[in-house]
Amino acid sequence: MSLSSSDAAPTALPRAKASLGRRSMFLRRPFFTVALIVAAAYVLAATFAPHVAPFDPVKQDFMAMMQGPSFAHPLGTDSYGQDILSRVIYGARYALIIGIFSVLIGAAGGLVIGLAAGLSGGWLEWALMRLIDSILALPSLILAVAFIAILGQGVDKVVVAVGLSMIGPFARTVRADVMQVRVQLFIEAAQLMSIPYLRVVWRHVLPNVIFPLAVQVTIRVSEAILVSSSLSFLGIGVTPPTPDWGLMIAEGRDFVSFAPWMSAMPGFALALLLIALSIVGDGIREEFDPKLRRGA
Amino acid sequence: MLRQALGKIAQTLVVLFFVSVASFGLLKLAPGDPIQIMLGSEYSQESYEQLTAQLGLDQPFLAQYADWALRFVQGDWGTSYVARTDIYTYAFKEALPVTLTLASFSLAFAILIGVPLGVLSAVKKDTAFDAGSAVLALTGTAFPSFLLGILLIWFFAVKLQLFPVMGYISPWQDFWGGIYHMILPGLTLSTYFIAMITRLTRATLIEVMEQPYIAAARARGEPSWRVIWVHGVRNIAMPLVTILGLQLGTLLQGTVLTETVFNLPGIGQMLTSAVLGREYMVVQAGVMMTATLFIGVNLLVDLSYPFLDPRLRARK
Amino acid sequence: MNDMTSHPVTAQDAAEPILRLEGLTVHRGAAKILDRVSLSLGRGETLALVGESGAGKSTIATALMRLLDGARVEGRAELDGAGDLLALPERRMVRLRGSRLSMIFQDAGSALNPSYTVGRQLTTTLRRTLGLSRAEARAKAVELFTSVGINDPEGRMSAFPHQLSGGMQQRVMVAIALAGNPDLLLADEPTSALDVTIQAQIVRLILAQTRARGASCIFVLHDLALASQSCDRIVVLYAGQVVESGPSREVLEHSRHPYTRQLKSCVLEIGSKDLTAPEGTVPPHSEMPVGCRFATRCPRALPRCAGEAPPLVPARDDATGPLDHQFACWNPE
Repeated sequence: MSLSSSDAAPTALPRAKASLGRRSMFLRRPFFTVALIVAAAYVLAATFAPHVAPFDPVKQDFMAMMQGPSFAHPLGTDSYGQDILSRVIYGARYALIIGIFSVLIGAAGGLVIGLAAGLSGGWLEWALMRLIDSILALPSLILAVAFIAILGQGVDKVVVAVGLSMIGPFARTVRADVMQVRVQLFIEAAQLMSIPYLRVVWRHVLPNVIFPLAVQVTIRVSEAILVSSSLSFLGIGVTPPTPDWGLMIAEGRDFVSFAPWMSAMPGFALALLLIALSIVGDGIREEFDPKLRRGA
Repeated sequence: MLRQALGKIAQTLVVLFFVSVASFGLLKLAPGDPIQIMLGSEYSQESYEQLTAQLGLDQPFLAQYADWALRFVQGDWGTSYVARTDIYTYAFKEALPVTLTLASFSLAFAILIGVPLGVLSAVKKDTAFDAGSAVLALTGTAFPSFLLGILLIWFFAVKLQLFPVMGYISPWQDFWGGIYHMILPGLTLSTYFIAMITRLTRATLIEVMEQPYIAAARARGEPSWRVIWVHGVRNIAMPLVTILGLQLGTLLQGTVLTETVFNLPGIGQMLTSAVLGREYMVVQAGVMMTATLFIGVNLLVDLSYPFLDPRLRARK
Repeated sequence: MNDMTSHPVTAQDAAEPILRLEGLTVHRGAAKILDRVSLSLGRGETLALVGESGAGKSTIATALMRLLDGARVEGRAELDGAGDLLALPERRMVRLRGSRLSMIFQDAGSALNPSYTVGRQLTTTLRRTLGLSRAEARAKAVELFTSVGINDPEGRMSAFPHQLSGGMQQRVMVAIALAGNPDLLLADEPTSALDVTIQAQIVRLILAQTRARGASCIFVLHDLALASQSCDRIVVLYAGQVVESGPSREVLEHSRHPYTRQLKSCVLEIGSKDLTAPEGTVPPHSEMPVGCRFATRCPRALPRCAGEAPPLVPARDDATGPLDHQFACWNPE
């Protein structure tokens, strides 16, 4: 049989008005648009931090310790005399880098395990499911703490720890998607036409899994940022004097009664980004996952 | 129904096994050579080998694991130098109750506040009240809890001097004192859940109220308060518990952070100081204990489903 | 609250309708779902409300129960002894529901709360409408279950809706509807969701129980044959307008409206039991003629039909009461 089906275009599951409604989405959802703009502003600030920030974030100035907001230092200074505004701006850079890279690690790991779990059968599938369950047996923060214990502290270690701790939720989502695709008729048809299994996976399963995964990646960035900030707040994340919001909030805690701006400024920067990302995530999820419900 | 339950329990045990292997492996992966640490800076090869054999560290991995597992189940978790006590006492008897008290208190509080708020939002759908509570709910779910804790401390404890800044008193020993110290941490922790429960209750109730049996209840002459609270709310129990079950991890995470903010001697503090102090046995015990607890609670939630939704019970 | 004895229908009662619906008009947005629907029902009578899907039959029942949300309702619905149902304050309406008028829904499975036992749902209604104690209500519930043909009534009390078959669920619905001894029962296509074999049983059950209690029943259905066999009166509805009404036999044997005739001729084909629609389709609400809505499909349509709505007039000059045979057509057969 000479069929050119192995070179046929990968079939796609019908996607609810994915491309049609995108343009009007910004008009329909004003909150979403505003949130997106805010998030974009953070990204811009992070990218151009060296040009936007007035001071070097780790430059200490003992003459200007713990000053309130002023013209020279719009957000005040901390206990080392470092300019808080600059540290907040660079903090955006660290938050976003850590957030994005850890989510990518989690998604990659989750993709591999989820695919394996979804495509295999029998006892292997059952065992992989239990494996995923055991990864999920601990909340991300606790897992991240455990990984930090092994890896040590520092920005790169935080990225790995948070990334590894997010594999669980991603694996579960990927597996669910794979299961959905598996039962579609075109998979059976492809197999009936003696197309090699891996080819089927590559051409047909993967495209239908990647898209929802990408949606999940976008949604979970805020979660990653929260976990990494939490780690730093607890004192077991990045090391000082890295301008990380969580670390800054922790540093300012002891001085909250007379220098509240030390914790409040990075705090609100963090809160605002998280809220904006949350709204954006909600909007994306509603738009592209209309009837599907994803697990936590 | 019994068979289903047994099946679930069996699954749980397998998961527990995996977790225990991982926890044990954690210790093995930890940097630093424990023998070196114990022997100090100068030692001979002989004493090194002696101590290794003595501690059983030359055994194959599985044998060591079995040994550890056996000891763990019996309550011998090792010793903590920082806490100056055996880890079992430290983790299970002292730290865990604090965490559990805070977590359950906050969750109960969140349900008590969140469900009525959600019901009201659903009933007053699309009014100003509804819009307002939606905004609050959104903020509540995204706002980082440790920041909220600090804000609350700043406002209520420092400025208004109404509540203690930090510290813990066990309500089991001194009820009112304990509650007093629990209010700010409890409020901090429950905020996320109040927001989540409100949103969830509202969404689920709206769906439920569209069902035919609600109209049928009204047709029978049931007064509207009964239609909402007896017929409607009863049917949101299942989705609510399901989602709460999925959020247990978030609850635990939040507890850990809140404990740190308010200086409560729970699992959070235990784990953090253990990581900083490189006390890997404490981390390991903490992880294992937390996982077991977590898995156990999830199992209980799983088993409770047939009770909440009669449709899941076996047919007569 | 009702007294528990059923009163036999006297000649005097028969003359005074239990329900008099006048000019019921329902607007949903720009669409007029029901257009000046009028009908009357005597005590102890059964009325079949017949029409195609979307004609508005269920809307009439829902509007009478005042359970129609999001729509503007006009008209009068006089329930003997209670006043205008459409104008009563909600609190009074709540008291009437279940006790003087009640409703049987189409899909009993979804009309029963899945989280409570059927026994509980029945006894709650009994206790509220009849003021019974818990023990009395339980006894009465078992009695009701027996009378609607549920076997092992005691055992079934503790069953959940999903544990019962479709027919059984509908019997429970009937029992609950009858619990408060209502004067008026609204049955909204109660058999559409059931197997054919069960359908006849349920219809017979509802009619028998209604008659035994001297109550009246409005039966919403789309099966003209069934309607003619079982009900005293028929009201034919097309696109929200009453086209013909009156005692069953008269409406069917001497039908005047072209639509009724078409329905009849479709049903009388051998083997077909369900209503086969006449030629054409119901126009969408945006294109609905101002006058008679059947004008677009009527073989006897006159130019004036689409623009001017024909009033309901008596079919015979000697029988001009609201309960007699009426029709609405400018060019009747």
